[in-house]
Amino acid sequence: MTFLNFLISGISLGSIYAIIALGYTMVYGIAKMLNFAHGDVIMVGAYICFFAVSKYQLPPLVGVVLAMALCTVLGMVIERLAYKPLRQAPSLAVLITAIGVSYFLQNTALLLWSSTPKMFPNFFTTTGTDGKTVTGVELFGGQLKISYVTLVTIAVCLVIMAALTWFTGKTKLGKAMRACSEDKGAAQLMGINVNATISMTFAIGSGLAAVAGVLLCSAYPTLVPTTGSMPGIKAFTAAVFGGIGSIPGAFLGGLLLGIIQIFTQAYISQQLADAVVFAVLIIVLLVKPAGLLGKQIREKV
Amino acid sequence: MFGKLVPVPSGAMIPERDIDKLPILECINLGITFGGLKAVEGFNLTIGRTEIAGLIGPNGAGKTTVFNLLTKVYQPTDGTILLDGKDTHGMNTMQVNRAGIARTFQNIRLFNDLSVEDNVKAGMNNAMKYSMWSGIFRLPGYWKEEKIAHERAMELLSLFDMQDLADAKAGSLPYGAQRRLEIVRALATNPSLLLLDEPAAGMNPSETAELMENIRKIRDTFQIAILLIEHDMNLVMNICEGICVLNFGHVIAKGSPAEIQANPAVIEAYLGKQKEA
Amino acid sequence: MKKLNLNKSNRRNYLTYGLVILAYLVLQFLGSDILKSGGVLSFTIQGMLVPICAYIVMAVSLNLTVGVLGELSLGHAGFMSVGAFTGVTAAMALQDAIPAAPLRMVIALAVGAIFAGFAGFLIGIPVLRLNGDYLAIVTLAFGEIIKTIFNNLYVGVDSHGLHMSILSDTTNLAEGGKLIIAGPMGIGGIQKISTFTSGFLLVIIALIIIFNLVNSRAGRAIMAIRDNRIAAESIGINITKYKMMAFVTSAALAGSAGALFAMNYSTIVANKFDFNTSILVLVFVVLGGLGNMLGSIVAAAALTILPEALRQFSDYRMLVYAIVLILVMLATNNPTLKSYLGKLKSAVTGKRRGKEAA
Repeated sequence: MTFLNFLISGISLGSIYAIIALGYTMVYGIAKMLNFAHGDVIMVGAYICFFAVSKYQLPPLVGVVLAMALCTVLGMVIERLAYKPLRQAPSLAVLITAIGVSYFLQNTALLLWSSTPKMFPNFFTTTGTDGKTVTGVELFGGQLKISYVTLVTIAVCLVIMAALTWFTGKTKLGKAMRACSEDKGAAQLMGINVNATISMTFAIGSGLAAVAGVLLCSAYPTLVPTTGSMPGIKAFTAAVFGGIGSIPGAFLGGLLLGIIQIFTQAYISQQLADAVVFAVLIIVLLVKPAGLLGKQIREKV
Repeated sequence: MFGKLVPVPSGAMIPERDIDKLPILECINLGITFGGLKAVEGFNLTIGRTEIAGLIGPNGAGKTTVFNLLTKVYQPTDGTILLDGKDTHGMNTMQVNRAGIARTFQNIRLFNDLSVEDNVKAGMNNAMKYSMWSGIFRLPGYWKEEKIAHERAMELLSLFDMQDLADAKAGSLPYGAQRRLEIVRALATNPSLLLLDEPAAGMNPSETAELMENIRKIRDTFQIAILLIEHDMNLVMNICEGICVLNFGHVIAKGSPAEIQANPAVIEAYLGKQKEA
Repeated sequence: MKKLNLNKSNRRNYLTYGLVILAYLVLQFLGSDILKSGGVLSFTIQGMLVPICAYIVMAVSLNLTVGVLGELSLGHAGFMSVGAFTGVTAAMALQDAIPAAPLRMVIALAVGAIFAGFAGFLIGIPVLRLNGDYLAIVTLAFGEIIKTIFNNLYVGVDSHGLHMSILSDTTNLAEGGKLIIAGPMGIGGIQKISTFTSGFLLVIIALIIIFNLVNSRAGRAIMAIRDNRIAAESIGINITKYKMMAFVTSAALAGSAGALFAMNYSTIVANKFDFNTSILVLVFVVLGGLGNMLGSIVAAAALTILPEALRQFSDYRMLVYAIVLILVMLATNNPTLKSYLGKLKSAVTGKRRGKEAA
């Protein structure tokens, strides 16, 4: 039973990583850049929601939507100001700029909201028949405890997975995104507005980041300006692990990473969890150099 | 000027002057299959030690694929390659170069941020023996070998009248000079067989004439064999002694320029079937 | 005999040596009056001299991997970490045996370099088979792994020798034994034996190694791999060997920088050498110019001093740092600006540039 508990925890954490990884992989696919500022957009989303709910007493759903809206705008603004001018520049230059944006977001948050940890409220509670707050369900006579946060996280991830698969496969905009990922020049010649498509990709990624931020802080309530940093790195790792540029790969990578992390923390050691997660990544890349679902691009000689 | 082609026991034709020596290259039933596609199949070719041979065929025939097989960019799935009598099975690109094959590329692949001279010296890397420590501590071995390398590089460059460009960045050279540099770099590796992939691409008639002269000069100076892929028929028919024609991955004709020009299968491959009158 | 070859790259190298030596002399001797007169600024600069030297060596060593070999490494701080912990452990273990501080420091630097170089070799075996972004992510992963290992490592020394344990302290040291690496607590009680002079000498040694390596056949091979791997293979260059050479040299130098850095503080912890530090050094390299060692030196020094110089902005300084970074990247990659600077450059050097191919 504990095994099942851990598995579900792992899937839940993995879902959060997957949602974050999506942002990394979509942006990489279309702009061929690693957006290091993505992890910090998560943090911003979490803060927005936090203040909306705790300071302005808005309902949680409004808080989430507000966070998504503002993060979407933030993502598009960052893209327009910092990344678009560097489209022709070497990828290393864009990487450093992304790092600059990351520092910018972290330090702005530090100035605005200080480094004192904020405790993110748990939205996913109900009141039981005896008046006490219930945070989850208990199955098998109390042996299996699943919190509402966990359920919602997994559900949200599944919904996003389905929605994105439909979007990229069936809608015109989604296909435009895939076209731009393959060949920007050709897409442009086919009449696709590449600039708008790239903006939209950043918008979607950032909106999802806000969702991820809310879910992350619901599960791990401590919120500081650097909250997004390590999950960002891990999700980025997950995206590469699954095959950077591949949306199913981001889901798979994220979920597996979450499961591996939880199991390592549970069965091997809490402190060594990070090392094991990264070691698994390395081993996978050695066997499948383009990631689990990635495409090996052969250079034409 | 031209070697007369004579048969050898295996049935292949090589220049008369090379008759007593082992052919530098023998491809026996060479082939490669990608997934379900047989890109090259049943490729047989023998090249004499100082032969200038040509590999021609319509676009997509598999000519560069043959080069890639010879240089192990792809590992053949069928057949054998004998270089100077030695089977190159299992070798990688680097080992094949050390065994004696050098090549140029269809799309120029120079070391753009290095100088012209350094591009050539990079080709001499295997000829030089001094160690990393020798280089760091500037031991006598470094000075001696670098001096020799410099002299040899300048020697090779002056063969192509490029000695004045020695310090220029390779990426800044005009197109024709870049193509020549690629050939010089390949020669710097001291090959016994030089593969030239469309060396005349993008050249005007006078440059092409100069190239023809240079190719003959290379063969005469270094006494090596040269196999070139080309679309410029003037070039091919004028300097190649033996020509092999590929279409859809198969050899459809082999022989001297005169034989190839008269071969109906070749004409059909390039121009299409003759309409029934 | 040896000809003093004054071609363009050599001129730049000698200039670099000259400027470094000049800076050292200025700071060490001429500036000593100003520095010794006290005051906040002088004390700050004095405290930063050793870290600046360490960051310079980190930057030039990373430039060897990123600029000369052309592979992105996001875990360079990991090698610094290995060098720091092994070097300091060696220094502390030998504290009684070798009372002379400079000698201990040299041994520490050497030990750090050797262990970091070996780590570079071990890591290089899997890493260098990959390319581009995948190589980068694996270096990041190794950096994190190294950090986690040192956070959970316990190393002590007693009369029986060296003892190690993982995750918890089970070293069971004998009487008179000393625990050196205390897991997440890192190493405490370090004797601060790093000096500006030693830092300067390390910088010079690093430059000599890198410049001489680049201007040798190994350097040509490494740069050939960077410029066109497939072509390099086709001329018989052993890709793995030269990639490894660059990577291990880079790691070893980072290790010695780590040891130098660590012995400037009384305590070091593994978390100091994390992904942020790797990125910090990468910024030095990119801003200074890939392959440009002098640029790395200037960037490392300037960007280490900048947050301190901005101290008056106190809370805003990191924000200003971030904005400046973004603006500089945008500016240096702006096509109009680049062509303008290019025209300016050729106008100034136009007379000397007679050799450009027509």
